Amino acid sequence: MDSISIIGMVSIIVSGFTIAIGSMGPAFGEARALAQALSAIAQQPDESGTLTRTLFVGLAMVESTAIYCFVVALILIFANPFWDFVIKQVGG
Amino acid sequence: MEFNPDNIIYWQWDFVKINATLIYSWAVILLLCISSWLITRNLTSGPGLSRWQNLLESIVSIIQDQIREASQQEPQKYLSFIGTLFLFIVFSNIITIIPGTSAPTASLSTTAALAACVFVAVPVFGIVTRGVKGYLMQYVKPTPFMLPFNIIGELSRTMALAIRLFGNIMSGTLVVAILLSLAPLFFPVIMQVLGLLIGFIQAYVFAILALVYIASATRVHGENNNQDTTGSFKQSI
Repeated sequence: MDSISIIGMVSIIVSGFTIAIGSMGPAFGEARALAQALSAIAQQPDESGTLTRTLFVGLAMVESTAIYCFVVALILIFANPFWDFVIKQVGG
Repeated sequence: MEFNPDNIIYWQWDFVKINATLIYSWAVILLLCISSWLITRNLTSGPGLSRWQNLLESIVSIIQDQIREASQQEPQKYLSFIGTLFLFIVFSNIITIIPGTSAPTASLSTTAALAACVFVAVPVFGIVTRGVKGYLMQYVKPTPFMLPFNIIGELSRTMALAIRLFGNIMSGTLVVAILLSLAPLFFPVIMQVLGLLIGFIQAYVFAILALVYIASATRVHGENNNQDTTGSFKQSI
């Protein structure tokens, strides 16, 4: 197998694993945060404005780790530097 | 597939390029400036408020309330910076519902520039409020041993701001583009509605996080002794 197909295969497989594993942790974290916020709102309905705002900001911060994984997966698929390097080596 | 508006080039002369990011950023800037100029041209305080003045006043007062609640300080100092960031990002995110346009925040250059504004604004607000020595002392606050970690934290949270906004908006655009090739009839509309919600929340999150960073740099310790609900949240960031 030449190096182009090895790089393509490894990039696709690894980007799949990146998004799969990388979305698992934030999903658990967001579910826990949401459950805690729901029970807090149920106990103190008066504070629901503050709780909701804090929840949104916190969820966005938790989610950013999943977004990093997504960006890495996209770079591996669409803008892979090793792929470009090998193509240039072969072509030039 | 083109998901980076930096690569949509309308006009090019040597290395000077006019791409979609520039065009739509300027469209948003002109829209905001011209509409607010038109509305604030003849303000009244009588009973006969115009509709647009009502809209603008309610937007400004909502932003003021949010700043006051999140920072526990008077909002006037932060209103121009945070409000501008919020309005610009909101309009940049939701400009994609006009067919043929692309969101300028789907490009990493725009979000990096916005995050760089926050990165510069934190020491500026901090030094204006607390003086150079008072601001710099907070880097060695628990122990001088923490100095490199504080600096790294400052840099990494700026990068996180940029990549969070970029990733969210770009992924929304990309999902719609992929769905258009799979189920072009109705389903992309639902994802675009979701994109509107995401765009709004991300603009809110960006503005609130910028405010939290600035407020934590300007806060003098021992000033807020009243029980504030967001204080523990601010310290945990």
